[in-house]
Amino acid sequence: MAIVQRSTRHQEHAPRASGMPREFAWYLLAFLLWAAFPLARLSAQTTNSCLDCHSKLSGPPQIHSAEYLAGIHAQKGLTCTSCHGGDSSRQEPTRAKGAIAGHNRHVSRNQIPELCGKCHSNVAYMRGFNPSLRTDQFSQYQTSMHGKRFAKGDRKVAVCTDCHGVHDIQPPGDQRSKVHPLNVAQTCARCHADADYMKGYDIPTTQAADYAASVHHDALVLRGDLSAPTCSTCHGSHGAAPPGVDSVARVCSTCHVFQAQLFDSGPHKDVFATMGLPACVTCHSNHRIQHPTDVMIGTSAGSVCIHCHSEGDAGFVAAGTIHARLAELDAAMARSEDLLGRAERSGMEVSEAKLAQSEGRDYLIKARVELHAADAAKVDPDIQAGLKVAEKTYQAGQNAMAELSYRRKGLLVSVATIVLVLIGLFLMIRKLESRSAK
Amino acid sequence: MIDLATTRAWLDEHFRVDEVIALLREKTVPIHRFSYFYFLGGMTLFLFILQVLTGILLLLYYRPTPNDAFESVQYIMTQVRFGWLIRSIHSWGANLMILTAFVHMFSVFFMKGYRKPRELTWLSGIGLLGIVLAFGFSGYLLPWNTLSYFATKVGTDIPGQMPVVGKWILMFLRGGEDVTGATLTRFFGFHVALLPGLATLFVGLHLLLVQRFGISVPPNVEAEWRAKPAASREMPFFPNFLLRELMAWYIALAILGALAAFRPWELGMKADAFAPAPPGIRPEWYFMFMFQTLKLLPAKILFLDGELLGILGFGLAGAVWTLLPFFDRESSGRAQRFVAGAGIFALSYIVVLTVVGYLAK
Amino acid sequence: MAEESTEKIGKPERRRFVEAFLGAGVVASLASFLYPVLRYLVPPPSAELSSDTVLAGKTGDLKANSGKIFRFGSRPALLVRTSDGQYRAMSAVCTHLGCTVQYRSDLHNVWCACHNGMYDLNGRNISGPPPRPLENYDVFVKGDEIYVQRKRSG
Repeated sequence: MAIVQRSTRHQEHAPRASGMPREFAWYLLAFLLWAAFPLARLSAQTTNSCLDCHSKLSGPPQIHSAEYLAGIHAQKGLTCTSCHGGDSSRQEPTRAKGAIAGHNRHVSRNQIPELCGKCHSNVAYMRGFNPSLRTDQFSQYQTSMHGKRFAKGDRKVAVCTDCHGVHDIQPPGDQRSKVHPLNVAQTCARCHADADYMKGYDIPTTQAADYAASVHHDALVLRGDLSAPTCSTCHGSHGAAPPGVDSVARVCSTCHVFQAQLFDSGPHKDVFATMGLPACVTCHSNHRIQHPTDVMIGTSAGSVCIHCHSEGDAGFVAAGTIHARLAELDAAMARSEDLLGRAERSGMEVSEAKLAQSEGRDYLIKARVELHAADAAKVDPDIQAGLKVAEKTYQAGQNAMAELSYRRKGLLVSVATIVLVLIGLFLMIRKLESRSAK
Repeated sequence: MIDLATTRAWLDEHFRVDEVIALLREKTVPIHRFSYFYFLGGMTLFLFILQVLTGILLLLYYRPTPNDAFESVQYIMTQVRFGWLIRSIHSWGANLMILTAFVHMFSVFFMKGYRKPRELTWLSGIGLLGIVLAFGFSGYLLPWNTLSYFATKVGTDIPGQMPVVGKWILMFLRGGEDVTGATLTRFFGFHVALLPGLATLFVGLHLLLVQRFGISVPPNVEAEWRAKPAASREMPFFPNFLLRELMAWYIALAILGALAAFRPWELGMKADAFAPAPPGIRPEWYFMFMFQTLKLLPAKILFLDGELLGILGFGLAGAVWTLLPFFDRESSGRAQRFVAGAGIFALSYIVVLTVVGYLAK
Repeated sequence: MAEESTEKIGKPERRRFVEAFLGAGVVASLASFLYPVLRYLVPPPSAELSSDTVLAGKTGDLKANSGKIFRFGSRPALLVRTSDGQYRAMSAVCTHLGCTVQYRSDLHNVWCACHNGMYDLNGRNISGPPPRPLENYDVFVKGDEIYVQRKRSG
């Protein structure tokens, strides 16, 4: 890279290029600057003068135009006037917002549900945008806790914009939406986890924290399984209300079908109903649902059974038996796992047996579902089948170790013959060389 | 009863072996404090023959296509009786053979066995080293597991960096732009046909030359013996040295058997071209010093690409090493010490870089 | 090849003993090397097939409207014979949490016992928690043998 030596001698006092007088250049510049404004305005959205001014404000009512334009309403061709009224083709504030055009300005909280409902409950209107969209949100809202309290004048409860956003509304399937399954819990928690805000209401504020520690949260957020429940899955979205004690089980059973069926066939269903205890929740909790372990069932200190059952009663005995069976299968699987691991680490090929292990694990999962009928006899078939699998895989592991031992014995035989040969060669060499002259 | 004398008579009648036997009887091996190194050449040959035998056995079951290669090796390891033994001996034997080849080369270097008139023996030996490394590289891909797939990818990328010919070499090696089934087919062809053919030629030449010129003696021993002729000792090749060599070969067999039984060569997981390269991918130990050098070189040295400079550097070093007999003609002390010093540098460089390569992340 | 000396210095019996000993050792060692090689040469009973094509069963194995689990590579797979006699094959690993699915002859569908996931006969997830369909495989019938093969991607 050559460094170019620039001669500085000539530049400064060289005569200017002739042709264009200086004054003309200035006039041109001024004209261009003056023309810039209307030219720029031409390229902006000429049909939305509201945005032109409101996007340039530095505080409320500032609108972030990029966010608004990316939102679903703007995408579908709706503008500010659809909700706020006014005339977006006018530039001057008074004319745009003016009384002539019936301007609404800031939409108050009172008006929001009805305002949104004006379009979203209009079946014919919504059909023009997306025929498969529901149009019963407003009527559902009116049945919800939020809606009922709103009707009584409580303005602290959630209205449409609290959950869906105001100028940045996205469809629920879009990850940017505040009501996308991944974001719902956070949205609800904005109020429901705020102890100060919720003062005066008779409900706890621990649900969000509890849910965040739950297995459903892990499935949804950590594993990305969108079929896992969030707040609205069990409570409803527009018709949000807590499920009643007698209906919790039906809510859980939408996904956990077998557990619910088994529970219903067992002794607990009627007893819980009589005692006014909710099914499912009594043992598993409603928000802080942890991954169940075999400790939960049984008679140890960590079990849920001992909360009601005590030494001597039939339930206590059943719990103990079921726990023992599960532990037995678990231990058998672990034993096989261990042996197969050792065999594999020693270089033996045990992929077939490892595949069979997964069948055993399936039986353990099934047994853990069967226990919801609280009957040891029902759990047994799966346990026995699983034990058979564990027996087979353990056998495979033992075969592998036997093969390993066979190989080592074979090696010993070979090495022994080799040692014999080595001795023989050594003796032969010595014999040959002891006779030759040194 | 057929006895030795009758057999010999028959062979001589039909093959004229007596002349050959007479010649062979005269073959001697010089005995001095470095004579143990003389085992290495024969050991490498023995291991090569073992590779050919186990390789032929593996050929009976191996399938060289991406769909079947891994499964066929798995089949050999698990279903075929003693397949695990044959395969492990082949894999371990390859490594052992490359090790003995290197040690043999360095021992010849330090004992100056390449001096006139043995220049061609040295050249054919370098050729054999190259062939043996090519065997190792091509054979490594054949099980088609993750390690071998990515090691081949990285390994063929490097010659691809060479100017002018790089692209062509890469396409030739890979059978295309990327490492695919075409690469496997090609490497298989190299491994079981081309390289064995070349090896046969070179081994034949190498052995012939060794027979013609006999086994050389290091210069300092030579000087000692010139001063005191009575001190010179030699041993007949048949049967004395051969019996000792047989001992060494049997020991090698025992070692390989133990390795196969206690440290079977792993199968790994089937190669998946769409999976990302496992972290810390590296070539086998015999390429490690070159690989590590290239990793350590900065991206740019002056205006040249660092890696390219590294490759050219190795090429130059290899050329000098190969043509050494034609450079090292003086027997003056200074020149000798320089050459010996260069050899020590080369050996320690290889060892240190190999160790560093394994210790580094 | 040994140097024959006419002078019998040393004990010839000892020499012969050494020769015999060495000979026996060599023969024994060669036998211990040859035995594995000879066993190796005999092909094993199970013929190895690639991971892409697997023998799933014989045509007599499955009645109409039934299914069976077989090993495909390192994972289980499901072979179904529909009510009208057609064969379908798909991965048997449920896309929800990995349990092994099964064919339900009463529902004419593929079902996962763990959480009540349901798939149709093309492997498409139709109800329950499974988020994705089951991978489909091709089925070929050669004589009385049913082969299942992974679908070739472009």
